[in-house]
Amino acid sequence: MLECGIALPHLEVAYRTYGTLNPDRTNAILICHALTADQYVAETHPLTGRPGWWDQVVGAGMAIDTDRHFVICTNVLGGCMGTTGPRSPRGKDPADVWGTDFPPVTIRDMVRAQKRLIDRLGIDKLFAVVGGSMGGMQVLDWAAAYPDHVFAAVPIATAPYHSAQNIAFNEVGRQAIFADPEWKAGRYWEDDGMPTRGLAVARMVAHITYLSEEALTRKFGRRQRSTETASSMAALFSDKFEVESYLQHQGSTFVGRFDANSYLTITRACDYFDLAAEHGDNLSAAFAGTRTRFCLISFTSDWLYPTSASRAVARALNAAAANVSFVEIVSDKGHDAFLLDEPDFHRTLAGFLRGCAEHAGLNK
Amino acid sequence: MTDTVRYVAKNMRLDLRLIAEMIPARTKVLDIGSGDGSLIDHLFRTKGCDARGIEIDMAEVTHAVAHGLPVMQGDADSDLAQYPDGAFDYVVLSRTLQAVERPREVLRQMLRIGRHALVSFPNFGHWLVRMQLLWSGRMPMTSVWAKPWHETPNIHPCTIRDFFVLCAEEGYVVEKWLAVDEAGQRSPWRRSEGLANLFGEQALFQLRKA
Repeated sequence: MLECGIALPHLEVAYRTYGTLNPDRTNAILICHALTADQYVAETHPLTGRPGWWDQVVGAGMAIDTDRHFVICTNVLGGCMGTTGPRSPRGKDPADVWGTDFPPVTIRDMVRAQKRLIDRLGIDKLFAVVGGSMGGMQVLDWAAAYPDHVFAAVPIATAPYHSAQNIAFNEVGRQAIFADPEWKAGRYWEDDGMPTRGLAVARMVAHITYLSEEALTRKFGRRQRSTETASSMAALFSDKFEVESYLQHQGSTFVGRFDANSYLTITRACDYFDLAAEHGDNLSAAFAGTRTRFCLISFTSDWLYPTSASRAVARALNAAAANVSFVEIVSDKGHDAFLLDEPDFHRTLAGFLRGCAEHAGLNK
Repeated sequence: MTDTVRYVAKNMRLDLRLIAEMIPARTKVLDIGSGDGSLIDHLFRTKGCDARGIEIDMAEVTHAVAHGLPVMQGDADSDLAQYPDGAFDYVVLSRTLQAVERPREVLRQMLRIGRHALVSFPNFGHWLVRMQLLWSGRMPMTSVWAKPWHETPNIHPCTIRDFFVLCAEEGYVVEKWLAVDEAGQRSPWRRSEGLANLFGEQALFQLRKA
């Protein structure tokens, strides 16, 4: 049963695991992925052939150490990599796909689907739940909804609710999809189509929000693609600047692995997210009495989910007398920093988890 | 597990050792200005305390968290107000009182969120400081007050006597106090406030609300 009141007759949760569950079942770490990532956190992606999206963080001897921990990553509810979503069949008939009829899901619904999997795996208490961006929202929601089942929580580069600015950028992306003639009121899948132009533009807009101005300047500046400075009209409409072709590349590779209805469903879930709302707008009430150990991490140049949002969570946790670590990592890479090579971030995450392992008695 | 979590308390400052001695085992402690986290690490490892830190300097915070210590970036002037009343048994402020914007308010917050406050500060009434001002007519520079007036973060220096007066005004009970020399060793002027104010380089107070 989803928060909107609609029941899904059938739920599938696609997931990947790394490492070994210890006999006490106390060393499991759940990783929650961001908007357009998936369960392939530390292995080659089956569709793109690219390395796992967090392969610099998850692995043997890494910050999330698969030699010590059993790492689980699920595809979120509403996603398009195996977990039930708009691309899934509604009932028994595989041709009868949900499509635009897929009910609206929330971050809480995603977390509940994960909880079912964790229960199925026979794990009562997760050692840690870790995630960045929308993954961080799931982490916060896990800690609020299942405080006794989370020993440590690491919300990274995230926020306790989606701001008007966050929603605005998502809306531009959604409108781009709606404006694509291939969208066909969401029934594009009936003849194997895809509003690729609209979805690519949505990705391009979103991608800009993931980067800082410094990062864009450093990567591209005002560099132009070719040396011939053609003044013809044709040149006016082809991409001239390197940053343009970079964004177009980001857009076109994205459409090969993502579904437009999933994109709409998941961006909506983020927009709905407001953890304080169900507690009378008192964020600290969401964490009342919690014994979970928290580590909040933000990045200096992240303007999508700025440090002030993480600090608001840290303060709310203080008001609940929770055990909180809070670090702002210096980086000029913008929101994307949590996915990139940031040694201070990796050291912080590794140290926090090791410290927690000691408190949980895992090192014995 | 020394291979996985470095024992940062190994080289703990002597004044922090004195503070640690005043804190009973298994209590809940907040260290404001926790630096590299050596005090909270020490309190957890040797006394089983639930010790946490607040530190303004991000490099120190990162260092402490990377060593598994629960520290958050924040500052004494603005980040104490969120904590609920009586959240801690002991709230520690070592060598920081003279550097905060509103020392009186910080003390109030400390004794609101904690049952006891442990406060250490450098004594501006030390004879060397007095002599320097008297003879040279310039702002004193000693090993404790080591930066020129325009560089120092110490915007609210006070003497041991000043601190006693503030405690009286605010109605705080001085449960324990001692003067220490720069290395943090206990000084012999324990009995006399006047002598301590002249010869103690630093002071350490344990307070509670009346």
